Amino acid sequence: MLTKRIIPCLDVDAGRVVKGTSFVDIRDAGDPAELAYLYDREGGDELVFLDITASSDSRDTMVDVVRRVSDQVFIPLTVGGGIRSVEDVRRMLNAGADKVSLNTAAVNGPSLVSDGADQFGNQCIVVAIDAKRVTGPTGTQEPLPQDLPLDGDSRWEVYTHGGRTRTGLDAVKWAVRAVELGAGEILLTSMDADGHLAGYDLDLTRAISQAVPVPVIASGGAGTLEHLFEAFTDGQADAVLAASIFHYGTYSIGEAKDYLAGRGIPVRPRQAASQS
Amino acid sequence: MSDQAKVVVIDYQSGNIRSVTRALESVGVSPLITGDPSELPGADAVVFPGVGSGPAAMSALESRGLVAPLREYVESGRPFLGICLGLQLLLDRTEEGDANCLGIIPGSVRRLPEGLKVPHMGWNSVTVQAEHALLDGIPQNSHFYFVHSYYASPSESSWVAGSTEYGVPFCSVYAHSNLVATQFHPEKSGPVGLVIYRNFLSMIEKSRTKTLGSVA
Repeated sequence: MLTKRIIPCLDVDAGRVVKGTSFVDIRDAGDPAELAYLYDREGGDELVFLDITASSDSRDTMVDVVRRVSDQVFIPLTVGGGIRSVEDVRRMLNAGADKVSLNTAAVNGPSLVSDGADQFGNQCIVVAIDAKRVTGPTGTQEPLPQDLPLDGDSRWEVYTHGGRTRTGLDAVKWAVRAVELGAGEILLTSMDADGHLAGYDLDLTRAISQAVPVPVIASGGAGTLEHLFEAFTDGQADAVLAASIFHYGTYSIGEAKDYLAGRGIPVRPRQAASQS
Repeated sequence: MSDQAKVVVIDYQSGNIRSVTRALESVGVSPLITGDPSELPGADAVVFPGVGSGPAAMSALESRGLVAPLREYVESGRPFLGICLGLQLLLDRTEEGDANCLGIIPGSVRRLPEGLKVPHMGWNSVTVQAEHALLDGIPQNSHFYFVHSYYASPSESSWVAGSTEYGVPFCSVYAHSNLVATQFHPEKSGPVGLVIYRNFLSMIEKSRTKTLGSVA
């Protein structure tokens, strides 16, 4: 049976992991390769590295990070943050990434999604969507020219540039469009829930998961193991991305998997470490 | 063994060759990465990876003149490992773009059923159906990493050494003598995936010993 995935996310700034971590037996808490190795051993099903460096010259640093991590870790790697062109995609894949996550660049130039999928296959194109609940009146924002404006039924709006820029796009419609363009997976972050540790936005996760035929990774808001369970059941997510819950040592990935397995969610058991 | 086995990884610009190379290196193989067909006749083993579109991959193989050399290599009976699309391309035809494949394994490549999330992406279990050196030491129902939208359906089921369920049961490991192939990515499947590479290396060593023996 296909198992539900638990994906630790590591924020990288200028080549260093910047969030705190729970690992006690660690020499260098900022080294991406060492952290990747530990998360792999703990039972992480994939790894996501997000480059949060604002400058554009961080690309070379990130390529080097991906190369060093993929030398040591034999599970899938996704890289996101600042990938703007097909050439950027190619460099990350050649460095050892299995997938790239496109966010702002995909909204601003959707052809990046289709060109990337055409050249490298849709399995390696993840479209990341930062969505925020629509609270006030819609239609005040000039929508981007994707013909997916917010309307009276819209419940979530797409934001870009790390959540700083409103786009006027309906998040559910954009997810559907992204898959039509060639996205093989959607990485969905609720901006309302992110950082609050009060649970995923289950309505958002379910709405997107039902709207698209590709896997959806839920992100933003996990604070307890119950939250992970809800994302898979109520939220119908195929995978969960989590940062704080693992970084700050609240729970280990192993504990999360034991808990989920105990509640009937299929997860990959930790492998015997006989080979390392 | 005094001299290194010549292990060729076929590079036809389809997918993450680097991960396959690193996995081979981690079990002690220094592969030659090449798309040059003239390297195949002298190879002790061939690894045939691949992701993405089947028809595009077939065009890439044709334009590099690799189709006939790949068929001849497999006919020689030396070890051959196909991975993901590298399994699918061995069959006769694929529903993906209704295209011809290499025609090495009788059967076809079919689309995963409607109503499921596609690609089939993530860790799924493999039920071992038949003993084979490639699967030595692999526990029953081990989890491997899959990413694909189509699956191989060989017409001869006796060589289906491992099967996996996603809407339908499908062939996740094909193993017939030295011709072996997996639908999953062993280089992305953690420790149990590296066992596959180690087992393939054992197959290579056995095959070379046999060849050297017959010469002597």
